[in-house]
Amino acid sequence: MFEILEKKCLNPTVTLMRINAPMVAKKAEPGQFIILRTDENGERVPLTIADYDRENGSVTIIFQIVGATTEKLNHMNEGDCLQDFVGPLGRATHTDGLKKVAVVGGGVGCAIAYPVAKKLHELGCEVHAVVGFRNKDLVILEDEFKAASSKFVLMSDDGSAGEKGLVTDALRKLIESGEQYDEVITIGPLIMMKFVCQLTKEFGIKTVASMNPIMIDGTGMCGGCRLTVGGETKFACVDGPEFDGHLIDFDEAMARGAMYKPFERKAHEDVCNLYKQEVK
Amino acid sequence: MPNMSLKKNEMPVQDPMVRNTNYKEVALGYTPEQAVDEAKRCLNCKHKPCVGGCPVQIDIPAFISQVAEGNFEEAYKIITQSSSLPAVCGRVCPQESQCECKCVRGIKGEPVAIGRLERFVADWHNANVTEAPVKPESNGHKVAVIGSGPSGLACAGDLAKKGYDVTVYEALHVAGGVLSYGIPEFRLPKTIVQKEIDGLKALGVKVETNIVVGRTVSIDELLGEYGFESVFIGSGAGLPRFMNIKGENLNGVYSANEFLTRINLMKAYRPDSTTPIQPGKKAVIVGGGNVAMDAARCAKRLGADVTIVYRRTEKELPARVEEVHHAKEEGIEFKLLTNPVEITATENGWVKGVICQQMELSEPDDSGRARPVAVPDSNFEIAADCVIMSIGTSPNPLIKSTTEGLDTQRWGGIIADEETGLTSREGVYAGGDAVTGAATVILAMGAGKKAAAAIDEYIQNK
Repeated sequence: MFEILEKKCLNPTVTLMRINAPMVAKKAEPGQFIILRTDENGERVPLTIADYDRENGSVTIIFQIVGATTEKLNHMNEGDCLQDFVGPLGRATHTDGLKKVAVVGGGVGCAIAYPVAKKLHELGCEVHAVVGFRNKDLVILEDEFKAASSKFVLMSDDGSAGEKGLVTDALRKLIESGEQYDEVITIGPLIMMKFVCQLTKEFGIKTVASMNPIMIDGTGMCGGCRLTVGGETKFACVDGPEFDGHLIDFDEAMARGAMYKPFERKAHEDVCNLYKQEVK
Repeated sequence: MPNMSLKKNEMPVQDPMVRNTNYKEVALGYTPEQAVDEAKRCLNCKHKPCVGGCPVQIDIPAFISQVAEGNFEEAYKIITQSSSLPAVCGRVCPQESQCECKCVRGIKGEPVAIGRLERFVADWHNANVTEAPVKPESNGHKVAVIGSGPSGLACAGDLAKKGYDVTVYEALHVAGGVLSYGIPEFRLPKTIVQKEIDGLKALGVKVETNIVVGRTVSIDELLGEYGFESVFIGSGAGLPRFMNIKGENLNGVYSANEFLTRINLMKAYRPDSTTPIQPGKKAVIVGGGNVAMDAARCAKRLGADVTIVYRRTEKELPARVEEVHHAKEEGIEFKLLTNPVEITATENGWVKGVICQQMELSEPDDSGRARPVAVPDSNFEIAADCVIMSIGTSPNPLIKSTTEGLDTQRWGGIIADEETGLTSREGVYAGGDAVTGAATVILAMGAGKKAAAAIDEYIQNK
């Protein structure tokens, strides 16, 4: 069974869990993802791998509480077991030959950006980390990013942590100050990645964006995760999850991401009400 | 004296207007009396033409004569000498184009209802015989099977009976492959699939779910550090095709695979499932195969008004006649000689309708079927808020792309010897849809059985 070995609250809406999954840990690489189910009636939820430890056979996931399943997951504790945990899925981040990279993360996307930054750093690549959050209470992995980068820029929407502004403001400043990147890797909300890609296109810097669309099986079977890249339909689960950011149709991806929003909102409320009743 | 009635005993079914709102099985199965009566229609022909029509050569007259005598368990034993999944095949085999189309009784009147009898025998066994199969003595050899669909289960079953230590690896969280995620409950109850899998487990087969071969573990690792002497690939043809027309990525457009997986695997139709589904109020299903019928009938059960669009005529529908008949009975509309060219959108990026063109049939194409050609200026729009693309699937490229030296066809099918299933890699065998492209349960099962025999020979001669 997939036991929760460690649970840590990173901020009020983001939780880290280390899961016992030796076969997944053995193969996991930055950029890949897993699919889990909390219980027998649970939905399959894809989450990108935040870290892994091949020796003790564990895989770390970091998730934001947004819907019914993540709410349920957050109510599970160390010693509890997940029903299913499958992976690693998708292709690993391409890191070969990169000398200088800007890793741009937003919100909980930073949890996925971090292992990429770490791997690049370990390979001797110069890493600049630009991370953004809404406010200081939501900042995660600050020390970890600092340790994995030679330059670290923290941005917040309200200026309560680091500088006030968007990650694109910081990235523009870096590029305009003469920093030359082989590649920009961006992971975060779709709208943020869209604007990061617009910016880097302007400067002609190759950019990779990590997509996290709705999916079921994660092996190429359902096609629910399809998106348009350079005019072609691609499946995020097998062709990605990372794609050339300058070719992704972000507007379509955003529309598709909202497909079950009303259902999710209702399901989340139902689960919250259930927990409230239990407390009473 | 044989029963000379020209007609088959009718299959009792749920009333169409009741069943199109539930997921219970449509066909209810023969009673013992009906089964015996039907079995007596068999003339027990010396040359057994029906057996030639069966991809796994079940001794059909032999099992039917046991049914006629009321020896149902004897009949079951005869079937299982050749078939691993009788309760499944009795339900989903296209008998009308296999065994039954060769039946002498079919020349004048209807053929013997071989499929219904097979189903009856298997169900009777499952309901009345509880003794567990005897676990064969181990021969100490390990074989890995990739995929727990029909070909994998058949291969695993035959090898286990010979004493092999078999492990089946399944990517999803439930075993059964297409039997679990694809074919709906009302056509193939999942308890029946589970029973077949439990039967294999009783023979000593290990089933490991949540393992994606090609990602979690590679074929080379299975043959190396995991210590398997041979591997059978039965990974199916799961990759959905799309038409590449405008609007196909709008919200409300599903592949049939996604739609059916949400329903069958994730139970999205049940209130206790947390997996959502959006069948809409007006669903259009594109395609004419069994999968299209399944998707249409599921959408109907979820409350949608359903239209199937197909570019040829009813005669060319690839679906089984029985499925088309059931779909029509349940109130599904067929728009034939109709081909979608564009899916239109609402302001919010949802499906608004499907623009179709009228087709007419021209001379036959490479597949031997009449080629549909568009009638000029015949476009019209069908209002819809859900579109389900059911135009076929291709083999998943994951195993090919992670296995050095495994040769495939240009379209993705694994190249395997027709008689043995041997691939371009020593010790690696393949069968089912992963080799042939999307086909039937029984053909996949047959391929799994052939490969099991070849794997046995390979290991014994090593």
